[in-house]
Amino acid sequence: MGALIPLLVLVSDFYSGQLGANPIQRAEQQTGVLALSLILLSLATTPLRLLAARVNVRLLWPAKVRKTLGLTGAVYAAVHLVIYGLDKGFNPLGLLSDAVKRPYITVGLTALLLLIPLVLTSRKDSVKRLGFERWTRLHRLSYVIAALGVLHFWWSVKKDHTGPLVALVVMLLLFGVRLLLQNRKKARTGTQGGISGD
Amino acid sequence: SLPQRVYHGPYDTKEPMSKIADITGYNNYYEFGLDKSDPARNAGKLKTRPWTVQISGLVKKPQTVDIDTLQSWFPLEDRLYRMRCVEGWSLVIPWLGFPLAALLRRIEPTSGAKYIQFTSLADPAQMPGVRDPVLNWPYSEALRLDEAMNPLTLLAVGLDGRILPNQNGAPLRLVVPWKYGFKNIKAITHIKLLAEQPKTTWSIAAPDEYGFYANVNPAVDHPRWSQATERRIGDLGRRPTLPFNGYAAQVAGLYKGMDLRRNF
Repeated sequence: MGALIPLLVLVSDFYSGQLGANPIQRAEQQTGVLALSLILLSLATTPLRLLAARVNVRLLWPAKVRKTLGLTGAVYAAVHLVIYGLDKGFNPLGLLSDAVKRPYITVGLTALLLLIPLVLTSRKDSVKRLGFERWTRLHRLSYVIAALGVLHFWWSVKKDHTGPLVALVVMLLLFGVRLLLQNRKKARTGTQGGISGD
Repeated sequence: SLPQRVYHGPYDTKEPMSKIADITGYNNYYEFGLDKSDPARNAGKLKTRPWTVQISGLVKKPQTVDIDTLQSWFPLEDRLYRMRCVEGWSLVIPWLGFPLAALLRRIEPTSGAKYIQFTSLADPAQMPGVRDPVLNWPYSEALRLDEAMNPLTLLAVGLDGRILPNQNGAPLRLVVPWKYGFKNIKAITHIKLLAEQPKTTWSIAAPDEYGFYANVNPAVDHPRWSQATERRIGDLGRRPTLPFNGYAAQVAGLYKGMDLRRNF
């Protein structure tokens, strides 16, 4: 529920004129940033859980919020698209031609479409239905989505790349931590298999 | 309160004027920050007096002139102009200024002069945005001499009958209403007449996105977004963008025979 507060703030800001001279554009930017931030946060949960587990094995809260973060990210991405549609006067043909002609829209829309299978398989029984292996593989799409989201952000700004740069660095850090954790896991299982007579 | 100023000159648009709060609160002026609200917040510190403008290059009367002297040379005129930003929004702004042509007649360009170049102040002590190398400082812009001589081209010193607010480009700012807003260089310190077309700030920053001419043209898209429509600040919807921002009757002739797709 807490993740929906920004949406309420946005709506109330819109009515009170707090969004400034160009409220549609501001709302578009804010929902975009929120969507990307939440998706990156959801990617931070697994490394965070692994680190937390070193302190206390029962520290599982990062894993518990992963789904909520991902789903709310998807909600904001959808709102972002709706506002974009509103901005363009709900012209489906125009949207379609934008999607083909403008790389930043192509990339953003692709990320949004890729979110759909993840949302659909976010139910409790989805892992069982798909099987852990397949579910995990499917949800690796979230890396692709994050990367496309950052690229979309980068291409959509006129000149100030501060925001996109922050997002890129965060994403690369998260990817780096994952690689590191994966290598360690491999190394550990490797050593255990090799030197057993220790 | 002050009486409403009346705009019915031959160059004035009949469209309703934008809110002064929007005109003075929603600005692209990267010298004071990248957010549209930064200039209104940060430009107050800029000292616009004393201020001199250096006029040089291919002119018969090169000189450095004080801003108050410069603006006392010409009768000031009210002009209600549309302003279309390259980002796809627009305002209707009540400028106060004098035609650039009047200044040019006074300083007398030589026969070799074909372009006029303007340079802005870039003082990191007064302009926090200049510490950020997001653009090649100082900001510079230029016009072809016939564009500069067009009666629409204005040097603004005021807004709505008062002295120009700092965030709108005080003390001296160029206004070329048929071009995208970034051509309208602010806080001018140097004016130079040249024989060759100079490079301009935005065309250096992204040559495929911002050209020398930057004429408002709904038929030529920005590489990343459409220029067919615009949002008038204050409106929720968008309206069609007009060729040359609605000033085609006065300026289309300047570009006869030119491929405006290539010369964007």
